[in-house]
Amino acid sequence: MTQPTRTGARSGRVARSAVKEQNLLALGMVSPTLVVLALVVFYPLVAAIRESFYTSGGLDADGFIVEGEVFTGFANYAGVIGDRFLNATLNTTLFTVVTVSLEIVLGTAMALVMHRAFRGRALLRASILIPWAVPTAVSGLMWKWIFQADGVANTLLGTDILWTADGVWAKLAVVIADVWKTSPFVGLLVLAGLQIIPAEVHEAARVDGATAAQRFWRITLPLVKPAMLVAVLFRLMDALRVFDLPYVLIGPRKESVETLSGLIWDEATRVNYGPASAYGTALFVYIALIAFVFVKLLGADLLSDVRARKKGGA
Amino acid sequence: MHARTITAVAILGVSLVACGNTGTSGTAASGSPASGGEGRGPITFASGKFEADGIAKIIEAWNAKNPNEKVNVVLLPESADEQRRKLMQNAQTKSDAFDLILTDVVWTAEFAANRWVDELTGVDVSPFLPPTVEAASYRGKLYAMPMFTGTGLFYYRNDLVKEPPKTWAEMKEICDRVLPKQKGMACYSGQHDKYEGLTVNFSEAINSAGGQFLDDSGQPQLTTDAAKAGASFLADGFKSGMIPKEAITYKEEEGRVAFQENKLLFYRNWAYMYEAANKKDGSSKVAGKVGVAPIPGLSGIGAGTLGGNNVALSSFSTKKQTAKDFLAFLTSAEQTKAFALVQSAPLARAALYDDPELIKLYPYLPALKEAILAAKPRPSAVKYGDVTAAIQEAAYSILSGAKPADQGLTELQTTLSGLLK
Repeated sequence: MTQPTRTGARSGRVARSAVKEQNLLALGMVSPTLVVLALVVFYPLVAAIRESFYTSGGLDADGFIVEGEVFTGFANYAGVIGDRFLNATLNTTLFTVVTVSLEIVLGTAMALVMHRAFRGRALLRASILIPWAVPTAVSGLMWKWIFQADGVANTLLGTDILWTADGVWAKLAVVIADVWKTSPFVGLLVLAGLQIIPAEVHEAARVDGATAAQRFWRITLPLVKPAMLVAVLFRLMDALRVFDLPYVLIGPRKESVETLSGLIWDEATRVNYGPASAYGTALFVYIALIAFVFVKLLGADLLSDVRARKKGGA
Repeated sequence: MHARTITAVAILGVSLVACGNTGTSGTAASGSPASGGEGRGPITFASGKFEADGIAKIIEAWNAKNPNEKVNVVLLPESADEQRRKLMQNAQTKSDAFDLILTDVVWTAEFAANRWVDELTGVDVSPFLPPTVEAASYRGKLYAMPMFTGTGLFYYRNDLVKEPPKTWAEMKEICDRVLPKQKGMACYSGQHDKYEGLTVNFSEAINSAGGQFLDDSGQPQLTTDAAKAGASFLADGFKSGMIPKEAITYKEEEGRVAFQENKLLFYRNWAYMYEAANKKDGSSKVAGKVGVAPIPGLSGIGAGTLGGNNVALSSFSTKKQTAKDFLAFLTSAEQTKAFALVQSAPLARAALYDDPELIKLYPYLPALKEAILAAKPRPSAVKYGDVTAAIQEAAYSILSGAKPADQGLTELQTTLSGLLK
C-alpha cells in the first residue's frame, strides 16, 4: 500500500503533473459511471423538481386541454402541509419504525439460528430465505388471500376481523406481511456479519467462564453491529418509500395505510403531475434528511471498520 | 473523514434512486395537436383480455377478406386502471403503436379533451342503445364507437325467492322471511370496497332512490332527500346487517364467490356473472338456481349505473383509413352478433337484445335491455380520476359509518361542484 518513494532527481513540478495526469485518468475512468448516474439519477430528479413548480391541464373554450404548462411557483407545495400528506407521512414513519425494529430483532434471531451448525442447516437456511425470494406483489396477493374476510387468518384465530378494510387492522396486516417478507433479508446480512466473527473469541470467552447471554451481549452483538447497521440503513431506505405492499394488500387511497409513495402514485395516475412532483420532492428531502441523520449519528460505527483497516493496512 | 464523505454520498445516492423510482413523472404532452395520417395498411387494435375470444373471431373474418390490411391484436392489462395507464403513456409519447383502442366509458372525456382520440364523423349511431352513444360522446360529439355496454343486474336465488323484489322494502321483507331458515346467509351486497365499483354502487343507490346523482346539466344534486335516502339504504344496510359487514371489502369477484357459496340471497353485479354462477363444473354451488332481474329501488325498479367499453381511433395512428373501415366492420350488426354467439358480453347494438336466438342463449337479455335503457351515466369529466376519488372518499366514510350520510353528501356536493364546473 505504500507509495513508491520518489528520487530526489525528479523535480516537484514533474511530480505534480504526474499527479494531475493520474487524476485525469481517474476521472476518465469513472466518467462512464458519472454519465450513467447523471442520466438515471440526476436528470429525473431535476426534472421532477422542475415539474413541481408547474401546472397543466386547463381547458379551453371547446373543452380541449390547453397545451403546455404554466409556472405556478410553490402552489403545488400547498398540499405538503395538508392533512392527507401529513397522514401519509405519519403512516410511512410509523410503518418504518415498527417494521424495521421488528425485522432487526427477528432477523438477528434467524441469523443466530442459521449460523449454528446442525443437520439440515442448508435446508433451514433455504427455507428461511423463501419469503425474501417471493416478489412483493405476489406476497401481497398471498397475504390478501390470507387476510380476506373468510380467509385463513380469521379461521385460525376464530375471529371475524376485516383486515383489508380501512382501519387499524389494515395497518397491522401490512406490518405482519412486511415483517414476514423482509426479516430474512436482515437475517442474511446479519448472518454475513456473524460469519466473520472468529471462533477463537467465543472460545476464549467460554474458557473465561462467560455465560451464553454474556457472550451474546458482550461479544456477538458488538462485533455484528456494523453489519446490522448496514441492514438497518437499507431497510430504512426501503421502508420509507414503501408502495407495493399496502397497494396490493389493502388498496389505494385507504387512509390508514396510505404511504407517501402511495400518495404520489395516486396523484400521478390522476395526471396531477405538479402536486405529484411536489410530494416526490418532499419525500426525497425527507429520506435524504433521515439518511444524513443516520450517518451523522451512527456513521462512526458504519465506518469504524473501514478506518481500522486503513490504519492497519498501511 | 474522506471515507465518511464517500459513504454519505453513497447513501444520498441510494435515496436519490429511491426517490427517482417514485417521485418522478413524465412531462406533459406538448406539440402539435393533430398528428397521425390517413394511410392504409396493417393496423393494431389494443383490446381487452376479457373480450379476447369474440374479438379474435371478428378479426379472423376481417383478415381473410383484407390480406393487405390485416389487424393485429394487442391485449391490454386486465385491470381498468392499468389499461388506462398504458394507453395514456402511449398517447403521451405520441406513439403510433396502437391504431384502435378499447376505452372505458368513463375515459371518453379525458381522452377526447387531450386529443388522444379522433372525433368520429359521418357515423349512423341510431342502431345503438341511446345511453351507450351518450357515453361515447364528449360535448355532443362522438369520440368512440359504442361496443360493449352493461349495467348492474340484480341476481337472486330463484330456488328461495319466487318473485324478485322491485323495491328495497320488498327485498327486506323477503330477507326477513327467507333468511331465518338459511344458515350463514346474508341478505344483500354490491361492490363496496374503495375503488371504481364503489362509485358505481353509490351513484346507483342514489339514482335508484329517485334522486339525481347528476342533473340534466351534469351538476351533482346530492343534498336532496332522495339522495340521502339512497345513501342511507347502504349505510343503514351495513348498520343493520342486511348487508354483511365483510361486504365493505367486496369487489365483483369476492361478492360473486360469496353468492356462489350460499352466503348471499341477493347480489348486484354485471352481466358477466350469469355464466360464471351457472357453471355446472362444480365451481358454483348455486348453478341453476340463479335468477336475474333489474335492480330494485326505493319505490320501484332502480336505475343502474352505465358501464362498458368503446372502441376509439387513436389520434396518432398513421393508417386511419384502414382503422375506420375496420371499426365499422367490428361494430356492424353481423359481426356483433357473431361476437355474441361466441361469448357473453353485453353489446351496444339494440337489435341484439330482441334476437330470439340470442335470448335463448342468454335469458337475461330482456332484463338487461330494460336496465340499460334506465341506466344513468357516471359524471363525464376530463379529470374523471379526481371526481371518482372524491365520490369514493365520501361513499366509503358514509358506508363504514365514519360520517353521517347527510354530512358526507353535503361535503361531496361541495367537492364535486368544484370539479364538475
